[in-house]
This record gives sequence, C-alpha cells and structure tokens, in this order.
Amino acid sequence: MTSSAGGNPHRATAHFADATRAAAGATPLLAVEHLTMRFGGLTAIDDLSFFANRGEITALIGPNGAGKTTVFNCITGFYKPTSGRIALAHAPHASPADLARLTLGGQRWRDGKTGGLYLLERMPDYEIAAKARVARTFQNIRLFTGMTVLENLVVAQHNTLMRASGWSILGLIGAPAYRKAERAAIEKARYWLEQTNLLGRADDPAGDLPYGDQRRLEIARAMCTDPVLLCLDEPAAGLNPRESADLNTLLRRIRKDHATSILLIEHDMSVVMEISDRVVVLEHGAKISDGTPEFIRNDPAVVAAYLGVEEDEEAAAEAEIADLSGARGVDGANGMQGNGGGR
Amino acid sequence: MAKPGRIDDERPSDAATASPSDALKLALKTALVVIGLSTPVVLFGTEQDPSRGVVLEPRFALVAILAAIGFVATLAGVLLKPSVATAATSAISRIPSPSPAVAKVGKLAALGLLIAYPAIALGLSGGGGAIKWIDNFGIQILIYVMLGWGLNIVVGLAGLLDLGYVAFYAVGAYSSALLAKTFGLSFWLALPLAGIFAALWGILLGFPVLRLRGDYLAIVTLAFGEIIRLVLINWVDLTNGNAGISGIPRPTFFGLPFNASDQGFAAAFGLEFSPQHRVIFLYYLILALTLLTAFTTNRLRRLPVGRAWEALREDEIACRSLGIDTVKTKLTAFAIGAMFGGFAGAFFAARQGFISPESFVFMESAVILAIVVLGGMGSQIGVAVAAIVMIGGTELLRELDWMREIFGASFDPTQYRMLLFGLAMVLMMLWKPRGLVSTREPTISLGARKAISGAHVKEGHG
Repeated sequence: MTSSAGGNPHRATAHFADATRAAAGATPLLAVEHLTMRFGGLTAIDDLSFFANRGEITALIGPNGAGKTTVFNCITGFYKPTSGRIALAHAPHASPADLARLTLGGQRWRDGKTGGLYLLERMPDYEIAAKARVARTFQNIRLFTGMTVLENLVVAQHNTLMRASGWSILGLIGAPAYRKAERAAIEKARYWLEQTNLLGRADDPAGDLPYGDQRRLEIARAMCTDPVLLCLDEPAAGLNPRESADLNTLLRRIRKDHATSILLIEHDMSVVMEISDRVVVLEHGAKISDGTPEFIRNDPAVVAAYLGVEEDEEAAAEAEIADLSGARGVDGANGMQGNGGGR
Repeated sequence: MAKPGRIDDERPSDAATASPSDALKLALKTALVVIGLSTPVVLFGTEQDPSRGVVLEPRFALVAILAAIGFVATLAGVLLKPSVATAATSAISRIPSPSPAVAKVGKLAALGLLIAYPAIALGLSGGGGAIKWIDNFGIQILIYVMLGWGLNIVVGLAGLLDLGYVAFYAVGAYSSALLAKTFGLSFWLALPLAGIFAALWGILLGFPVLRLRGDYLAIVTLAFGEIIRLVLINWVDLTNGNAGISGIPRPTFFGLPFNASDQGFAAAFGLEFSPQHRVIFLYYLILALTLLTAFTTNRLRRLPVGRAWEALREDEIACRSLGIDTVKTKLTAFAIGAMFGGFAGAFFAARQGFISPESFVFMESAVILAIVVLGGMGSQIGVAVAAIVMIGGTELLRELDWMREIFGASFDPTQYRMLLFGLAMVLMMLWKPRGLVSTREPTISLGARKAISGAHVKEGHG
C-alpha cells in the first residue's frame, strides 16, 4: 500500500491495520496499485492504490470530480490506465508471487485450479465482464430500453447461452440442450426479478419503468452475469429515502447470499455509512483516507475535503483556489465519463 | 429524433385551431411557392424543331396544374388532416397487433396465397399474361423482400446503417455466375458458395467499419458498394466489365433442365413444353429462399446472437459491460445479412441469365434501405408490405398505358417512379416516422407477449 500525501498519524495506523490484515489473511479480491490515468495534460487519477476485500462492500467516495467514475472505468476496462496495475484474484490463496509471475510474463490472466488471476488493466472491457466476472452499472442508467425487462436479464446471460446454443448452430435446429439452458436462464432472471421486486413488470419494456425500478433492474441485470465483483456507480442517485432503504437491503442480501463483493461509488451518505464495510475517500484523483465508516466519519482529512479546513485559514484559501482550478479540469474529464466513454 | 408520440399529440390541437380562412391563406401560399419553384424547373420544355434546332417551349398550363394541385392538396390537408391522418395512422397501427391466434391464421393465409399465386395468376390472365404477373410481380417483389429482410438484420436488428448492401447482392450474383461459367458448377452448388462468398465479404467490410458509427459508418458502407461496382466495371479480365456476363446456366429442376429436349423437365413429367414452367419454378425457388431468410432470421432473433444484435442497437456500452463481444456480434450481423444478399444475387444471376454492373448501382441500395425504413426497422411483416408497395407499385406504373391518352403519347409513367418514391417517403415520415410497423415483438416472455411501442426502441447509432 502506498500512503498518500499528508502525515496523519490516525490514518497511518489504519494503513498498518490494512497491511497486517492483508498479510495475515489472503490476497484481496481487487488490488488497485499505483493507478494513474491522464487525459492529455490532465491527471484524473494520480498514483492511486486501494483494495477491495472478498465478501465486503467497499465504498468509493469523494467530492465531485475526484475521479471516482474514472477509477470505475479503469477497473471495468472502458479506459486503459496510463500506468498502474489492477489485479483481480478469484481465489483467496493466490499469492503475490503468482501475481508477479503473471505481470512479468506479459499475460492477461491465468485460469486453472488455483483460481483465476486477472490483470484488468491489460484486458478489454467485454473480457473483464466475461472472464474476470466484474459487472457494473452506470451513473446514467444504460438499459436496453426497447427490450423487455426479462430480455434485459437474458441478454446479460449472453455468454452462457451462446455456449449452450453451440454458437447458434444447436440453437437454430432447436436442440433440447439449448432449450434447457434457456429455461435455466429464464429461471435465473425470475430469481433476480423477485429479488428486485420487478417480477410483475417482466414483460414490460425497460424504458417504461419508473426511475427507481430502472436502477434496480440495472443491478439485477449485472447480477445475472454471476459477477465476483459488482461495481455500482451511484446506485442511490435520484432515489427517494424508501427506495434507498430498499437498495440497502438488496445490497446486503447480495453480500450475504452470493459470492459477490461490491464496490460502489455513492454520494448518499446514508447508504455509504450504513452498508459499507470499508470506505475509500478520493480527492483530486488521490486517496486521502481509507478505513471503516466510523473511522472515515471522524477523519479530519475527510472532513476537510468535504467541508473545508478550519485551522489554517490561509492554507484553506490557497487550497480552495487550487481546488477550483483543479476541480474544473477534472470535471471536464468526468463529463466525458458521464457520457459513458465517448458516445 | 423527436418523440413520435408528442408530434401525434400536437396534431389535433393545431389542426382544430385552423379555420377555413387560415387554410385558404396557407393554400394560396403553397400555390405561390409551387409557382416559384416550378417556374425555373418545369416552365420551359425543350422541343426539337426541324428548322430552328432545339427551342424552348413555355408550358404555362403545366405550372398552373401543379399550382392547383398544391392549392387543393394543402386545403384538403389542413381541413381534413385530423380525420384522415388520425384515421390512417390508427388503421395502420392497428394492423400489427392482432391476437396471436389471428396473427397465426393471417400468416398461414398469406403463405397459402403465396403458394397459390402462380395458379391464381394463370387462372386469371390465361397463358401468356401470367408470365408477366409471376415474373415481374411475384419474383421481382420476392427478391426485394428477401433483400429487405437480409438488410433488416444489419440495419433493423443490429442498428448498423449500411448504404452499400447492394455490394453483397453483386458479390453473390457475380460469384455464382463466374463459378457456374468457369468451373461448370450447377446452380445448386453455386448458390451456397455465393452465400458464403458474400458472407466473407460482409466480414471483410465489417472489420474496417467496426469503430465507426452513424454517419461515418453510412459513408464507408456507401463507398464499399461503389468500390465493388467499380471493380466489377474495371476488372475486365474477370468480369467482362460493362458488357457483363451472359449465358449464365439456368437453374435445373434437380438436374432436369427447362427446355424442349427429351431430357427436359416437361418431357420427364410428360407435360407439353412451355416457358411458363421455368418461371413458375423460379417463383417457388425464390419463395423458398425468402421463407428460409424469414425462418432463419426469426430463429436467430430468439437466440443469444439475435438478442445481442438488438442489445447492440439499444446500447453498445451496456453490451460490453455484460461481456458481449461487440466485434463478433457486429461481424455476425454483417456476415449473415450479406449471406442472404448473396443468395438473392445468385438467384438473380440465374434468373436473368445475364448480369452487368448496371444492376448493382447505389440506387438499388437506396431502394432496399427505403424498403427497410418504410416497413419499420426490425419488422419482417412491415418490410414485406413495403417491398410489395414499392416494387409492385413501380411495376404497376408500367401498366398505366391508359394515362397516355390523357397526357400524350410521350408520357411514360415509369419516369415518375422516383418522384412517387420520394413522396411516399415524405408522407411516411410525416404520418409514421417509425415505419409501417413501429412496434417490436419481444423474443421471450414470462406471461403473454406484448408488443413494445416504437417510442422505446432505439434506432442504433451505426
């Protein structure tokens, strides 16, 4: 782990705790190391390192333009990072030596008995979803609006069904094996429709659903890919308090009942503080804090980032000016991501 | 694109406020605009005069007629718009949503009609006239239905705008013709090979355009169509250039040729030889090919690959986030769409016995695309109806000899084909911006299948 700028003793202990946990237990599910992303002259992410543990909900928070969505786009392959390593280990017993071998060998992933090991920064987006099994949702919902809710969930099982249909050949002749696979796909879709309380709307076009339902459908669709890591980009944005509470229940249930860990970007602190196991705070593309929700809540660096610093008026003013110019630039980059990568 | 629903909502209110005097004013304005526009275009006709060479002949009457048409049409349009337009749109929109049972009966009836069509044509028009009805109408329309359905895979399902589809038609026609002539392959061997060649060319086109969208994709596919045509013209050694390839072997009835010889079809079945046999056989051949296209496309739509095509049209980024390889998905759409174009081309070559680059000009691509757009992107029934109207309508123009008596002996109704084409497009875009059948049929359902309104369905971004 690399520590970010600023010598906060409190934070240093937190890092120490993380390090010991990582050493004592296993490799984390996702390890982002020294990630840097530049758009021309603009550095959206600057030497960022953090990790997400297996079976946990990790939240990525930070002020607007901090580079959160850029991190997501790098993890899910929609952006190629300028430098850094993003490693995903399916099994907990993958050793750092394995990872080093993979990195030096120039490979993109390693399958096999010891559990898949993936270097996400080297893989294209669809492969990350298909092989490394990282699913994501989008800040501006991206459903297949002209297809039914059920179709959305069946499309998500494309790769499984494609194999079952013998790359369409068995499917064309109506082979029983394919029909069975399709029934299984519908059953899985039905399960997730029940979980997200959308069963009654299965045959309606996705574009007809109200906003909150669309958000839940996007999560259901991502879960239909059987992800090991689910990346949620502001899942609670635009939800009313009741819908937010339902979302918390849903995410907790995913963590409890499925082998899916969650990484989420969220502004709604009621969601972040309630369900996260760990929170990573970004500002200007760098990590300023990392720890449990209680720890984050009391971390002066975080409070400063969100509210402005009290102790040193002059430094605050300076920082604010720097903030303004920096934030404007980073916002520009964020606008690009908001549109989902160059549409 | 604006939401079609909103336009429809506004129409009655704005029409309701139009008083007769407003309508009159608007009609007068239109008449003036027509006069202004037609003065430089149609007022002066050129006439050959033996003594003075070419002279300009003023045609005031024609301009007056056009202005009158504009006046009456506007007046009628404004005054009758609410009733006629809404009645027409609601009548059209009611077509695609019958109950499943009715739809099934309708499909079977249509199929029965198609199978019985040669017999009906023979019965109604007797020997000689029937060939015209089967060949010019039946076969010609079915070729375009097939081409429309093939292009529908690329444009309607995958949402990739392809302006050069005729290239695959040409590849199919030329490869089957050349295979048949150089290697002596029979039509039945040349047909699948032509499909495979066209599919390969589809993939070849697919690679460079994978990263392109919308306008850019359209331009590159357009260029591709032109390149193929220019190669056909200029590679004289292979294609015989503008002179084309003639003497392409005709399809046989499982080895029995359609001729008057003792080994011919007629002799083998103890029939009297008649040129109708071949035409009827070709009709059933293209019918079978068209039904194959429909069946395959329908099946594919319900398979993962077809759903991926439609998902690609809806949102490519979301597709990639779900692990769908969009490169492969696009290439399969191009390849399968091209394959059906290739089949149609092979059939075309065998039916004509002669092909030249003139049959594969950009206008053909435009007509096929117009059929897909007018029919409603993604809808097979809509595309079929559009093909019948557009191609059948064109053929019908040839039958309007009686109009010569009104407009004079030099009047040729077929010259107005493009004008009518354009008019049909404009009217459709006004009344049914999403095409004849704008709803989408879901591929899978838990309960009863409900058609999806076109307002939700995206048109793709190339």
